[in-house]
Amino acid sequence: MLRIQALDVYHGYVQAIRGLSLHAKEGELLAILGANGAGKSTLLETLAGLHRPAKGDILLNGKSIAGKPPEYLVRQGISLVPERREIFHSLSVWDNLLLGAFHRYRHAKQEIHSDAREILEIFPALKGREREMAGTLSGGLQQMLAIGRGLMARPKLLLLDEPSVGLAPMVVREIMATLARLKNTGVTIILVEQNTRSALRVADSVLIMERGRITFSGSSGEIMADSTVQQAYLGRRVRPAMAL
Amino acid sequence: MWKKAILRPAAVLLLFAVPLLIKSNYLLSILIVIGLYTIIVQGLGILMGYAGQVSFGHAAFFGLGGYTVAILTTRFHWPTVLALPAAALLPGVIAAIIGRPTLKLRELYLALATLGFGILVHIAFTEGKELTGGPSGITGIPYLSIGGLTFDSDIKFFYLVWITLFLILAGINNLVRSRVGRALRAISESEHAAENAGIDTAKLKLQAFIFSALLAGLAGGLYAFYVTFISPSPFGFHASVQFVLMAVIGGLGTFWGPLLGAAVVVTLGEFLRWAVPLVIPGAGGEYQIIFFGLILVLLMIFRPEGLGALGKCLKLSPEKMPGTGIPSKDI
Repeated sequence: MLRIQALDVYHGYVQAIRGLSLHAKEGELLAILGANGAGKSTLLETLAGLHRPAKGDILLNGKSIAGKPPEYLVRQGISLVPERREIFHSLSVWDNLLLGAFHRYRHAKQEIHSDAREILEIFPALKGREREMAGTLSGGLQQMLAIGRGLMARPKLLLLDEPSVGLAPMVVREIMATLARLKNTGVTIILVEQNTRSALRVADSVLIMERGRITFSGSSGEIMADSTVQQAYLGRRVRPAMAL
Repeated sequence: MWKKAILRPAAVLLLFAVPLLIKSNYLLSILIVIGLYTIIVQGLGILMGYAGQVSFGHAAFFGLGGYTVAILTTRFHWPTVLALPAAALLPGVIAAIIGRPTLKLRELYLALATLGFGILVHIAFTEGKELTGGPSGITGIPYLSIGGLTFDSDIKFFYLVWITLFLILAGINNLVRSRVGRALRAISESEHAAENAGIDTAKLKLQAFIFSALLAGLAGGLYAFYVTFISPSPFGFHASVQFVLMAVIGGLGTFWGPLLGAAVVVTLGEFLRWAVPLVIPGAGGEYQIIFFGLILVLLMIFRPEGLGALGKCLKLSPEKMPGTGIPSKDI
């Protein structure tokens, strides 16, 4: 579904991604773990068209999309839920959702409204708040709105950058459970997380990044079973009870 | 709700009764000028308040509209009814040419590009002797005539300008509540986030810029038909700054803001012209500018969000309270 080949990305003169290659299958939830500055967010932003790769290629269903602008990539089915959520605070919850489907609005207004209602079913906590300004929502609700807006694009590939940041554990669990349900609908999800425990709970496969490179690649089961890998790449052990 | 149903139509009716109630052509001319400037500031308000861009070249678009009418009707003897749309179109085309490269960039590139453009156009008006009449300008512009109705008096022109303005207001009211308006508001809040959401921000900003230039050109064309004489002086950098000022004083992103901003700046200028010599005998224009500046500074200190936000607080405008945005018509 998604194939990245020998990707190099720079921030000015600093190389953030170094010869990175990966493959994600349809309906797979791929978690990318790693310390701050490992290049995880840059990778997601490059996939969403916010950075132009210096080298390498990105193939979505066999079609090269490297360096294409964000609006084109959204039309191709790639949707990014950024780390800072980036919802539109002065717009209502409903308008935020509709903006997620901006590229297909002209042709399918009724369909989009029904999609927005469906999102409210996925995140019932947002129900009844459609007219509220997004800026007045709590952090957890804003995160749900950000994911909801991402889903409004009907993505084939959903990119999530640290959706658990600053949220209460209960809200994190709720969001992760939603992601698990989403992948079952065939959406491929790439989840960048610092919250290792939550990520491993839902991920099918895991990549660990360090200084722009992939240093470990395997299934979440493999990483859970191997305390040496955990110590080596995550710097700590992940308790199985917590991970399950 | 009753305020909307009663106050707004009453205000509009009162406004349209003004020419019948006042006998002063001077007051009428001030209202016409306010109407013309509001047309320009409406476009600028969309560009600044919704697309988050600043233009210091709108006096040039205003002038291009005026000169288009003047040149087409006096040099090429076009029918006035055809010269008016041409006055709107030419600035729109030029805005598309300037905007395409600059609006792909963020920050204040458009402001710098339009600043340079405004200065160049003003020089062209002054130096283009054969075509533009140089500093003396062009005289003998005919009155606008549409289907046998000739706008040859202040009263007729008042109705023409204000009906045009209300049609534009109705269109803008629809626009800001539409899918495009929602996207423009998203861009003004965060261009980065808007891009993320799949909005082609450069394209929308360009469309907003072209739209604002079209309105400035239309106002310029109407202005030329109103004064029947045109020269470079009203289209300099000072006028561009004044239009930006009107937009800011009125309140960016508010429905009534452009009208309030234009009304305050025009009437304040006229009031000071009359009042300052009474306080300081023999005072010239420089004193008026000082008072003008002082009042504007005070306005910005005590009402930084602009006068249009007053209407929001009274719930007279289509928006809700300040900072809560415009309700979507899609709910």
